[in-house]
Amino acid sequence: MSFDEIYNITLMQGFAGLSLFAVLLLMGLGLAIIFGQMGVINMAHGEFMTIGAYTIFLLSTLTESYAPGLMQAYFPFAIVCAFIVAFIFGWLAEWALIRHLYKRPLDTLLATWGLSLAMQQAFRTLIGPKEVSPTLPDWLMGSWEVTEGLDIPINGMFVLALTLLVTGGVLLALYKSRWGLRVRATVANRAMANATGINTTRTDRVTFAIGCGIAGVAGAAFTTIGSTGPTSGSLYIVDAFLVVTFGGAASLWGTVVSAFGIAQTQSISEFFLSGSMAKVLTLLLIVTILMLRPQGLFASKVRR
Amino acid sequence: MSDQHLPSSQRRKFMLGAAALPLALAMSRIGHAAALPTAQVNTTGLAVTDTEVVVGQLHSATGTMAISETGSIQAEQLAIDQINAMGGILGRKIRVIKEDGASDWPTFAEKSRKLLVNDKVATVFGCWTSASRKAVLPIFEKENGLLYYPTFYEGLEQSKNVIYTGQEATQQILYGLDWAKQEKSAKTFFLIGSDYIWPRTSMKIARKHVEAFQGGKIVGEEYYPLGHTNFNSLINKIKIAKPDCIFAAVVGGSNVAFYKQLKAAGITGAKQFLLTLSVTEDEMLGVGGENFAGFYSSMKYFQSLDNANNKAFVEAFKKAYGPKAVIGDVTQAAYLGPWLWKAAVEKAGSFDVDKVVAASPGIELPTAPEGYVKIHENHHLYSKARIAEGQPDGSFKVVAESPELMVPDPFPKGYQ
Repeated sequence: MSFDEIYNITLMQGFAGLSLFAVLLLMGLGLAIIFGQMGVINMAHGEFMTIGAYTIFLLSTLTESYAPGLMQAYFPFAIVCAFIVAFIFGWLAEWALIRHLYKRPLDTLLATWGLSLAMQQAFRTLIGPKEVSPTLPDWLMGSWEVTEGLDIPINGMFVLALTLLVTGGVLLALYKSRWGLRVRATVANRAMANATGINTTRTDRVTFAIGCGIAGVAGAAFTTIGSTGPTSGSLYIVDAFLVVTFGGAASLWGTVVSAFGIAQTQSISEFFLSGSMAKVLTLLLIVTILMLRPQGLFASKVRR
Repeated sequence: MSDQHLPSSQRRKFMLGAAALPLALAMSRIGHAAALPTAQVNTTGLAVTDTEVVVGQLHSATGTMAISETGSIQAEQLAIDQINAMGGILGRKIRVIKEDGASDWPTFAEKSRKLLVNDKVATVFGCWTSASRKAVLPIFEKENGLLYYPTFYEGLEQSKNVIYTGQEATQQILYGLDWAKQEKSAKTFFLIGSDYIWPRTSMKIARKHVEAFQGGKIVGEEYYPLGHTNFNSLINKIKIAKPDCIFAAVVGGSNVAFYKQLKAAGITGAKQFLLTLSVTEDEMLGVGGENFAGFYSSMKYFQSLDNANNKAFVEAFKKAYGPKAVIGDVTQAAYLGPWLWKAAVEKAGSFDVDKVVAASPGIELPTAPEGYVKIHENHHLYSKARIAEGQPDGSFKVVAESPELMVPDPFPKGYQ
């Protein structure tokens, strides 16, 4: 193999790791907000991603039949819609189900798992059991051929950019906005936050809905790399939990670092070993580190 | 393999023409003889009355496999409706009891016991994954039931109580590899599969065939967990290995991710030859025609097959399930089940499982959408292998077809 080829493959492999990092981070982010800030284990996280993906599919179908001229432009708009739709469903789920179960973590786990099953069957009944793929605008397809033999996937770059945008937005909101202040106050000391006049019930609801909305964005982004079916969500939920638990539940920076670590380990070991062995190696590594550091990579100082 | 093929297709067609006449006569005779007494056609206490015969249908209508099994459910129902419209079997209408295996193998076992023991069904059309078939097999053998199984699968199985209407592994693989060597001059192969029994067995056969019989070389063999959606590292490995042919058996959600990412990495049908065992019209809905255009699929049936049987079948299917419905390889194989059972029951003159099983080998179905099939002694079907090229609109264009019927060989010697 020539030097050029090694150089190209190294670059593409580096990008493969980065794009996996983006995927893991995007799916872990919403979960990290809900799990980390509220202590709710949301087993239906994957299904909120699926809602986002179906929103894209719906809008792509509508655009295709009613306004084919807008096919090149609908996608960013559809991502915003995916956020809004998932946000609304998250809001409803919190209002109808979750708020009755705070302080009972095992019960929320079961309840959200039930919710996840119910949502899967609803997708199957209402939308159909077959996997679907939205028609994507041409500019999202194919590869960017930098030089001969060096192809960078455009959908990978898109997901990476979107992830940076969303993560930046969440961090900014959490540390600079009034909502962020209220969330952090509630996490640090719920009773005291309540006493100072923060409406913690409302904060919880908005937080849960935003977490779900981000899941919707993640689902929307994943339509560029995979397909959508009623059970797509369950493909992602395990990885999402891995990222969040490994990073340290209450820390968003932890989620970022853990997504990066897992993605690079997985991607590099996949290159040198077989796919299944790479997964085994990654999981072994995570288990070992969690045994030594049960609180995850980054533990935040929270008064419990 | 090739020396075991049937006589030439022309000769077969001639024989078919000759065979069709007595068959038609026999059918009209049965129509008149609706008065065959139940005591005579049913000596083992099956759910058969003077006007009705009860059969079971056991697929996953819910759970993760519903994606794949829905087509089979629809095709079997269509065949049964058509048979009923023709007057049923031995003058009796077919009534279906549908059970849901819910993508859960113990549930399959439980429901099959219910169908055989409580409902006393005359036969069952069902199962899709090998895991579900393995779960129900001991029950069918113990209760002496009869199962028509539609999916192409890894082979290595043969049961008195099962008729396999899909291809076993060699029927799907060998012709494809030979075609790749002859037409595409493929000498180096990269094997990729999902990590479970069917892809692993298939790839084992493919490796043996390429290395021992074709003098080719395997430059990579990779398996990924079910549900894996990130193939960028794999794609880089493919780029290093530069195989003449990517030979793939990736299933489920992974399938879609695999083709989308191949395209995103600049590996398209125009630049790279790829042959797969796992993309039918059903998968194409998710994969998207633009991601599979120019790649090849090896199956026995494609919806675009150009023959009169298939035109009628496609039309009836779309009439029943909507103009957007697509028919994949397994859906067609599932459609054969009720027709093969009908032919065997009429040949046996009885619904008794033992008599139907005894009558099955040699049953021909010249009306099959895939063209013509015949049941082998080993309960699998003789059928043709075909290669089709994916089109940007998501359809398949058949580019090659085995000249002879492929003989089913579930325990291939030299490939173990």
